[in-house]
Amino acid sequence: MSTQLIILGLLIAGLIAFFLGIARARAAANKFPEIKMHSRLGYKMHSRLGYYGAYCLIWTAIPAIILTLLWGAFSPNLVYRMVQAELPQSVQELSDAEQNLIMGRIGSIAEGVQKLSYEDKKILRGVRIGVSTVETAAEILRNNGVILGGLPEPYIIGLAYDQVVFKDWSRWLITVIAYVMAFIGFQFAYLSIQPRLPARNYVEGVIQIGLIMASTVAVLTTIGIVLSVVFESIRFFQYISLENFYLGTVWDPRFTSADANRGEGQFGFLPLLWGTIYISIVALLVAVPIGLYAAIYLSEYAGSKFRAVAKPLLEILAGIPTIVYGFFALITFGPMLRDAGDAVDPYVAYLGSLIGLDLGVDIAATSVLTAGIVMGIMIIPFVSSLSDDIISAVPQSLREGSYGLGATQSETIRRVILPAALPGIVGAVLLAASRAIGETMIVVLAAGIAANLTINPFESVTTITVKIVSQLTGDLEFNSPQTLVAFALGLTLFVITLILNIYALYIVRKYKEQYD
Amino acid sequence: MATTTDTAAMPAKGGYQPLDSSLLRKRYASERRYKAYGLVAILIGLGFLVMLFTSIIGNGWPAFLQSSITLDVYLDKEVINPDGNADEQALFRANYTKLARQALYKKLGFSELPDRVTRRKLNQLLSRGVDVQIRDVVLADQSRIGQTVEIDLFAHGDVDALLKGAISRDTPSDRRQLDDQQVEWVDKLVADGVLAKKFNWGLFKFGASSQPETAGLLVALIGSFFMMLTVIVLAVPLGVAAAAYLEEFAPKNWLTDIIEVNINNLAAVPSIVFGLLGLAVFINMFGLPRSAAVIGGLVLTLMTLPTIIIATRAAIRAVPPSIREAALGVGASKMQTLFHHTLPLALPGILTGTIIGLVQALGETAPLLMIGMVAFVVDAPSTPFEPSTALPVQIYMWATSAERGFVERTAGATIVLLMFLIVMNATAVILRRRFERKW
Repeated sequence: MSTQLIILGLLIAGLIAFFLGIARARAAANKFPEIKMHSRLGYKMHSRLGYYGAYCLIWTAIPAIILTLLWGAFSPNLVYRMVQAELPQSVQELSDAEQNLIMGRIGSIAEGVQKLSYEDKKILRGVRIGVSTVETAAEILRNNGVILGGLPEPYIIGLAYDQVVFKDWSRWLITVIAYVMAFIGFQFAYLSIQPRLPARNYVEGVIQIGLIMASTVAVLTTIGIVLSVVFESIRFFQYISLENFYLGTVWDPRFTSADANRGEGQFGFLPLLWGTIYISIVALLVAVPIGLYAAIYLSEYAGSKFRAVAKPLLEILAGIPTIVYGFFALITFGPMLRDAGDAVDPYVAYLGSLIGLDLGVDIAATSVLTAGIVMGIMIIPFVSSLSDDIISAVPQSLREGSYGLGATQSETIRRVILPAALPGIVGAVLLAASRAIGETMIVVLAAGIAANLTINPFESVTTITVKIVSQLTGDLEFNSPQTLVAFALGLTLFVITLILNIYALYIVRKYKEQYD
Repeated sequence: MATTTDTAAMPAKGGYQPLDSSLLRKRYASERRYKAYGLVAILIGLGFLVMLFTSIIGNGWPAFLQSSITLDVYLDKEVINPDGNADEQALFRANYTKLARQALYKKLGFSELPDRVTRRKLNQLLSRGVDVQIRDVVLADQSRIGQTVEIDLFAHGDVDALLKGAISRDTPSDRRQLDDQQVEWVDKLVADGVLAKKFNWGLFKFGASSQPETAGLLVALIGSFFMMLTVIVLAVPLGVAAAAYLEEFAPKNWLTDIIEVNINNLAAVPSIVFGLLGLAVFINMFGLPRSAAVIGGLVLTLMTLPTIIIATRAAIRAVPPSIREAALGVGASKMQTLFHHTLPLALPGILTGTIIGLVQALGETAPLLMIGMVAFVVDAPSTPFEPSTALPVQIYMWATSAERGFVERTAGATIVLLMFLIVMNATAVILRRRFERKW
């Protein structure tokens, strides 16, 4: 039986145990009238009947399910090793990569073997002892849709057969063990049901353990992120040195193979960092003024009706998937900017010639400006909503004091409210910046892939996230720096955004405490 | 705040002369300017929103229409099945394109086979996917072989573009995708009522294809559905359980502090990093299949978990303590209080937060690229463990595709995605309005 089927069966068994438990508890309540004589509580059960049922369910299903899951996680590895140990001596001496290749072939044949009928399997088994030929075996496999490169060696077919046998054995074993365990658990729980059994406390204890485990998933996720990117990054830095990566100015990973050019500075991080920062700066230049003024208007000037309409509408901008922004930049905004650039180009060139400079507005279809402005649109609500909250949190007494001194409303905002809200607004801007740095789809579609180290906003640049995507889509080989570099980039991105986030949250929290 | 404006304006109305009225005028002018800046900022933001939607809808609505040619196709036995043995393999490989072409020649009034150049031009009016369309008709009912059947066949992408105005008729013939003669044929077919734009069911019926007219969203829709299912099954119980523990049971110590800080930070980690986690852990370590919807679902689960936890905590916190105290007072345990009273009362808030998390998950693209959802999948997956794509990933793949016809498909897919998001968001708003309780 497969793992899923076993678990389904155990759950059904658990359900049956649940009702049996209830029945037994009800019987127990009626069966011990003699207790009534010794105790004033009589034969009242400690818990409600359902808890006895749940107690049986837990003992029946949960230990067996945990065991099954663990088995499901580790047994493939075990089978793999058992098969590997049986490889012929000549293969054992090969390098790891070649062995993996052969194991992969065995695995793919084994998948086909699983689907075969009993007679066909028998013929395959015959290959090793020479009863049947490799040709007939290959014929059978081909007829069943297994793609064989060339004619496999006899031992490969033999081992593929073995792998299936091991797997079947492992399945049978765990099926038997799981159900025996479920039965023992049920027996124990069922027999221990009696009026004094504090079933509710046990059940609630188990539920609480479940709740605690659920709340650690978030922590495990973080640990998982950190460990996965750190380990792969360490492997990357075995190929490329730290300073070549972080201080290199040339990004050209294509021609570096695993062994040649070791340590050559073609994985230069600086162009990517610059592209990321440049686009984020443009995005913030768009989002901060618009977002901040919108927040000021919404919180200080707007009537409640206007606010009720405008605020959710602005927040739609943050709810639109980033791929939609990317597509918008690609087909509408990019071409629009390019045409606008072409339109003003002669005038700028003329102005430039007046002051003796060679100026021009030649905007590439994918450029810093396109990506930056579109990303700016996306983060407007991040700035406006947070700033709105923060400005609204400035105590009313500050405003009234300022009005009392004769200041107009705008003077109050500029001289009193904004300075008071500044730390919070800085926090909001930092959060928006972290969003911009980690944003992927807009820059993938609108920023370009050329790693330029340029100051010209009309040219295309590339970012950290774009390169993570482009290095990891396509054929993956997890032992080349071309792939592993994505994890080093991911680690760097994670650290940068983490620092920004923590700092921003710290500022916002401190600011809130100031006025609470 | 409108009243404060009045008080600021009072001195001028109040009858006494300020010391320097020109200065005052300047101050009021600057006041008005400042207010205008705010309004302009909001209008710019809303302007962008309008621009975004008009661009997407303007580009996307033609995708819901598809030009097709209704032809009387003679299902010639000689072509389909010359040997007379009707096994599926032979029927599968027959030259159906030839049948479609013959029907087209006949429709346009060529009584005998036109010459080679004309034939090639005529053939360009039909989609390359017509053979599959006829094959499906034949395989559905083999008794039709030898009869003449009326079938709606896809027109070529260029014909479609011409009818939708994407290819201009004013372009000189030699630089247009369709030359003058072909345009003439198209006009004739339209005049005969044979060639017409119909609602494009194919957009929801087909999987991946290299030709825009036979490319559809089916695989992406199913993939996204499986992912949402995974997220609902995993993220909602986990998120609610975590929130309930942190809000109701957790002691205040360094461990729970770490969990708290962690959840807040996790909500702000770039989504692409979750993709790296999925690639390294689920695919490399656990060896789960690449491109499978279930992996996408797992990654999205981890991503939406913080959103759901934060929303659920807020909802639980909003339930007044008096409810808990009353329950505890009549002898309920803490767990009973939670499951019988607090959680049911917090349910509307939890649902709203869950939907917002799902909306986030449905639109997310970057992490799915990392785990190989960028796959060319033709056949609809029937389980979450088979390769599939997702709606936003399909948009990405079409957006980066070179063929012109894919632009409108991309925008069409975007409209479909936005529709889903709008419906989900509206549900969240309605839930909040209907069931939100003020204590």
